[in-house]
Amino acid sequence: MFEGLRDRLTGIFRDIRSRGVLGEREVDAALREIRLALLEADVNFKVAKDFIARIRGDIIGIDQAAHLDPSQQVVKAVQAALVELMGGRGAELEKASSGVTTVMLVGLQGSGKTTSAGKLALRLRKRGLRVLLAPADVARPAAILQLKRLAELAGADAFDSEGMKDPVAIVRSAVERAKREHYDYCIVDTAGRMQVDEALMDELRLMKEAALPHEVLLVADAMTGQEAVNLGEAFGEAVGLTGVMLTKMDGDARGGAAVSLRAVTGVPIKLVGVGEKLDALEEFHPERMASRILGMGDVLSLIEKAEAAFEPEAARAMAEKIQRGVFTLETLRDQMLQMRKMGSMSDILSMVPGMGAKMKDVEVDDKEIVRTVAIIDSMTPGERRRPAVIKASRRKRIAAGSGTEVMHVNKVLKQFTQMQKLMRGISKGGKRKQMQMMQQMINR
Amino acid sequence: MVLRFGGKKTGGEHPSEIRDVESGRSRRWLGGFRRGLAKTRASLASTLGVVLSGISRIDPESIGDIEEALYMADIGPVTVEAVLEALRRGEGGGESPAVRVRAILLSLMEHPAQSPPVKGQGPPEGEPEVIFLVGVNGAGKTTTAGKLASRLASEGRKVMFAAADTFRAAAGEQVEVWAERNGCHIVRHQEGADPGAVVFDAIASARARGADVLLVDTAGRLHTKKNLMAELIKLCRVAGRQLPGAPHEILLVLDATSGQNALAQVREFGSALGVTGLVVTKLDGSAKGGVLIGAVHESGLPVRWIGVGEGIDDLIPFDAKAFTDALFEGEPT
Repeated sequence: MFEGLRDRLTGIFRDIRSRGVLGEREVDAALREIRLALLEADVNFKVAKDFIARIRGDIIGIDQAAHLDPSQQVVKAVQAALVELMGGRGAELEKASSGVTTVMLVGLQGSGKTTSAGKLALRLRKRGLRVLLAPADVARPAAILQLKRLAELAGADAFDSEGMKDPVAIVRSAVERAKREHYDYCIVDTAGRMQVDEALMDELRLMKEAALPHEVLLVADAMTGQEAVNLGEAFGEAVGLTGVMLTKMDGDARGGAAVSLRAVTGVPIKLVGVGEKLDALEEFHPERMASRILGMGDVLSLIEKAEAAFEPEAARAMAEKIQRGVFTLETLRDQMLQMRKMGSMSDILSMVPGMGAKMKDVEVDDKEIVRTVAIIDSMTPGERRRPAVIKASRRKRIAAGSGTEVMHVNKVLKQFTQMQKLMRGISKGGKRKQMQMMQQMINR
Repeated sequence: MVLRFGGKKTGGEHPSEIRDVESGRSRRWLGGFRRGLAKTRASLASTLGVVLSGISRIDPESIGDIEEALYMADIGPVTVEAVLEALRRGEGGGESPAVRVRAILLSLMEHPAQSPPVKGQGPPEGEPEVIFLVGVNGAGKTTTAGKLASRLASEGRKVMFAAADTFRAAAGEQVEVWAERNGCHIVRHQEGADPGAVVFDAIASARARGADVLLVDTAGRLHTKKNLMAELIKLCRVAGRQLPGAPHEILLVLDATSGQNALAQVREFGSALGVTGLVVTKLDGSAKGGVLIGAVHESGLPVRWIGVGEGIDDLIPFDAKAFTDALFEGEPT
């Protein structure tokens, strides 16, 4: 559907390489593309407009040094401005100078408050802190029970608010208990509410007065559209936010809401939710978010994931082998198993720049990996070292052994041969050539 | 004030008919919508209605204003371009810009780029109609199931629940509360159980109890999670194996506050499952749900219901005309 901003700008600037200056016309065209990219990413219209006005000067000032690609420079300028707008690195949670630190989670229905409360509790528990969860959502059926279950999973305690009807009373008693029993953190989970519901917003004010929280975090869905602005404004006015938690970032939403929220609330985005599991909570990285909003993939997250999944020893051994030009079927199998640890192929590929759009048409089958590994496992060590010996009857045996067809075995062997060529290219150096080959592999 | 809905439906031979036209429903619908909006009217300074009422003719400056108003309603680049293009072409006749934009938006919804999915056969005589509720996390599937049960029950149909979200903590209990409120039976397993087994048991139980409708509440999942989408496909297969033609309806629940990602949700859930209709929730806030126009235009899927509040009766049938009209609501009073 969308291409990265870079691709679009490349089109605009293609003709002007020779001329050396960015004229009024090119700047306007570039600004139009930037604006569209922001709007597609759900950045609020007015926020986008302000942003465009602000960045205009930066783009006009871009020096057309002969050998630099103007689109690259524009993207860099836009990215830098976005990062600046979204504020510095993910700020940590406030900590009270002494006693209990109280954190209150507020937001719309379904934004992920209860799940985030559980994630936050686990994060704090992992640092050895004692956490009391205060379930103050009396509106949604079973919300209190949900938070209690999450507390168990996180190894935190939950205040028993079952049967209590008044959320303000729940907050008051829970915070009292947290103080009395010397908890480090008390996390208050409130009911979801529309910011236009005056009665419920009043209730939230009362809860805040009762809790006197050190942190009031707006929990917002990364898929939020233009509403983000109204949301941030209204909750900010009503209860005074100290930060934002952006949830459901593991989907393919571009997440322009991050920009809108930051622009209207002025508070930092502190944490982002990246999955359904309790430990799927990460710090906010404005640079990554900027790339994502501009449709340019999230390479840094990918690298981090790879680092987390790779065992350094194994990785070094593998790299060494490849360096020496030794790339066997065993190496291939190990690599595939390593990749599996990083998550599904589709998850990984969606983070590669430029793959965002292509992914729509490419069917990445995770079963393929399983199958390939099974096929390699069904070979004898000798066959793995010297696949040339695998002729028709061996192929039949391998197919039977791995529960696949001969054509699958053929495919794996063919792919392996291609990869081997590529790896030889790498070990011999020549970065450009290697990139070309990679490109070919991807396009194939 | 509580919305009241028409009398009981006659006969059970066309179970899907309940969502078809009821006379005067759009008036009631708009009434409900207005009430939702009444809370917000003051804050809606830049709605389409306000912007467009100040424009008397189409020129570059007013086009800019219209564009802004459309974007602010989450209508999104592709659809905005289509609307502006139609305006420039002079579509909508010699009427005022407000009337023209309204007509263009309505026509986008009424004339989708793709024909609506062919409606499958309803369940055979005496068998339950199986309705799946699917969508991303936090869209409002369970609440919609609860409200839908109330509506169907008020029409004299015997409703049952299947709590097929066995993943999220206390999701089963949440459905159970709705079942109690509606006085319905529910089939649920332990947390972490196989949702396929829940669907299997629920259909068997629905048949045994002679239920008319089985509402299957599935776990929320992002459309980008391949394995979870595969699980959903499996659930449909389990249902179909046990009761040919099931699920008879797959409703994709969308959050009105979501932006352009809703298009991806419709596309991905649609192609994976063969969604038969949409439900839009949380339309009682100040979110306009404008992304829906593009989604309906692109997919051809009908919007069956909209959620306009937390009450059990706050689920009402959708009407494209009333919806586009509501986008223009909010004139200063």
